[in-house]
Amino acid sequence: MSDGKPPVDSPEIRRLTPVIGPGHTFGSVTDKISSIVLTRPTSLGWYIGFLIAFSLMGMMTIAIGWLVIKGVGIWGINIPIGWGFAIVNFVWWIGIGHAGTLISAILFLLKQKWRTSINRFAEAMTLFAVACAGIFPLIHTGRPWMAFYMFPYPSTMGLWPQFRSPLIWDVFAVSTYGTVSLMFWFVGLIPDLATLRDRAVKKPLKIIYGMLSMGWRGSARHWHRYQSAYLLLAGLATPLVLSVHTVVSFDFAIAIVPGWHTTIFPPYFVAGAIYSGFAMVLTIAIPLRKVYGLEDFITMRHLDNMAKVMLATGLIVAYGYFFEFFMSSYSGNKFDVFLVQQRLHGPYAPFYYALILCNILTPQLLWSYKMRHNVTVLFIMSIVVNIGMWLERFVIVVISLTRDFVPSAWGRYSPTFWDWATFIGTIGMFVTLLFLFVRVLPAISIAEMRELVAETSEEKK
Amino acid sequence: MMQHRSHIYGVIGEFGTPEELLHAVEKVREAGYRRFDAFAPFPVEGLSEALGLKRNLVPAITLFGGLAGGIGGFFFQYWAMAITYPLNIGGRPLNSWPAFIPVTFELAILGASLAAVFGMLALNKLPQPNHPVFNVHRFTHASSDRFFVCIESKDRKFDLAECARLLQEVHAHHITEVALD
Repeated sequence: MSDGKPPVDSPEIRRLTPVIGPGHTFGSVTDKISSIVLTRPTSLGWYIGFLIAFSLMGMMTIAIGWLVIKGVGIWGINIPIGWGFAIVNFVWWIGIGHAGTLISAILFLLKQKWRTSINRFAEAMTLFAVACAGIFPLIHTGRPWMAFYMFPYPSTMGLWPQFRSPLIWDVFAVSTYGTVSLMFWFVGLIPDLATLRDRAVKKPLKIIYGMLSMGWRGSARHWHRYQSAYLLLAGLATPLVLSVHTVVSFDFAIAIVPGWHTTIFPPYFVAGAIYSGFAMVLTIAIPLRKVYGLEDFITMRHLDNMAKVMLATGLIVAYGYFFEFFMSSYSGNKFDVFLVQQRLHGPYAPFYYALILCNILTPQLLWSYKMRHNVTVLFIMSIVVNIGMWLERFVIVVISLTRDFVPSAWGRYSPTFWDWATFIGTIGMFVTLLFLFVRVLPAISIAEMRELVAETSEEKK
Repeated sequence: MMQHRSHIYGVIGEFGTPEELLHAVEKVREAGYRRFDAFAPFPVEGLSEALGLKRNLVPAITLFGGLAGGIGGFFFQYWAMAITYPLNIGGRPLNSWPAFIPVTFELAILGASLAAVFGMLALNKLPQPNHPVFNVHRFTHASSDRFFVCIESKDRKFDLAECARLLQEVHAHHITEVALD
């Protein structure tokens, strides 16, 4: 059943394609997943990968250190392009995080069983992406050590943040998002940490996992409240995830800059966020299942479903691009019309065409069943979409800011070495955290996999 | 038998499948025991009902947290923007409430989520690093592939031999006393 490649897609075949490989029991899923953390020796490949990622993270640390010494002048930003890479990367990273919450919360509420084996590392991805995202606005302030000014605290100067500003909304949205994602992830981890505590052989591991699991013992009375809390968190995270990218889009949409001041921004930002997030989940899931032999848990059904979500959200994004283009052209507002022409023929036009190629044209391949079931194609596609979504933010930030209302305020932007070093460095940090995560915590929720085993065995009866 | 009550926490039996566990829980409850608990490596469907657990307080606490976060958040912004630090920007109203909605919303979610998580932990009396059931050697399987029912010595009906017999009747394996420490 797991190897057979049906020639055509149909609801019947989809029902038969399992979300978990055949023959698994409570014990076997526990053994398989916990052994990755507890007994499997750390491979040479892990060390090499970790070293590369950690070096890149080191580059980020140097880049930020130099920034603190010299100031934001080391970046390519100028007047009028005050935002540059920092905001492009911020929006890109925060968008990537959204798929994690979508998978863990929205698919949970919709009772989509296939989410079970991918939600844990998707949530971890969310956390790490939010951590990377958070760095950028922080260092973009120029004096990151003064960033606490953005939080409402009783200062001796009697100052309060300007709550009417979208940038302050952003502080609240992103910090709430980070906090809730962390709690959701941790609550999900508690039973698995107890499993690791009980299966660990070495004393220090027993103590560490024991502390983290807080003495979870699987009591039915505990599960009863735990399930309520988990369901409520999922219900709370759902509007939250939609609000976060909406608020991020307000950073642009509330401003009067041509190309930003549009009401389509919130929905199209949210769709774009889910789009790029699912691309990133695929980018991580494909090597993860290969390296750790998790093909039984992250099956073709998962990859297929994720590819479909990517296709659907990609079409929403395409719709957004089309209407952005149409409304600007149709509005008769000469600045908006001019901005569209600048996207098509201006100095940054190649970026716009590359964006259309990556985000709209390439993903159309996913209509084909064959393509969705070709792991290599999916992996390449996920990277193409990630690049495309980064280009989208670049196009939004840079083209609008370089082509303001009066020609005297026009400018050019090109990133410097330090811009690239910081950006690539955050990718290094993201990968470093992921490497550590798969080594010390179960990348797949063991408790939920057992539940899935119980449900599938019931179905068979 | 009475002298056992102060020395042991209870008596525990092991089960191999969720169905056996549900059956055992129903039987123990039918026999009139109230202070007993079931342990499972995942939330078993129907277990809460079998144990007779009713609604819990987590949703109410969450609602309270959400309301506190939202209402508190809104009036805090009102106080900061209109009373203690008023900034006249082009004569616009100080209580510009639509602009306060995003932060109000985020704080409501934050309050509700914190309340849900910490409320759940507090009601479950966690963290609690040690517990008598951990004294049972085979209890490490409670977090992987085995199910347990423990009748506590605090139950009014508790009698070691009687409880062990009852657990045997419902086909428990490895019936053991749970030492207090």
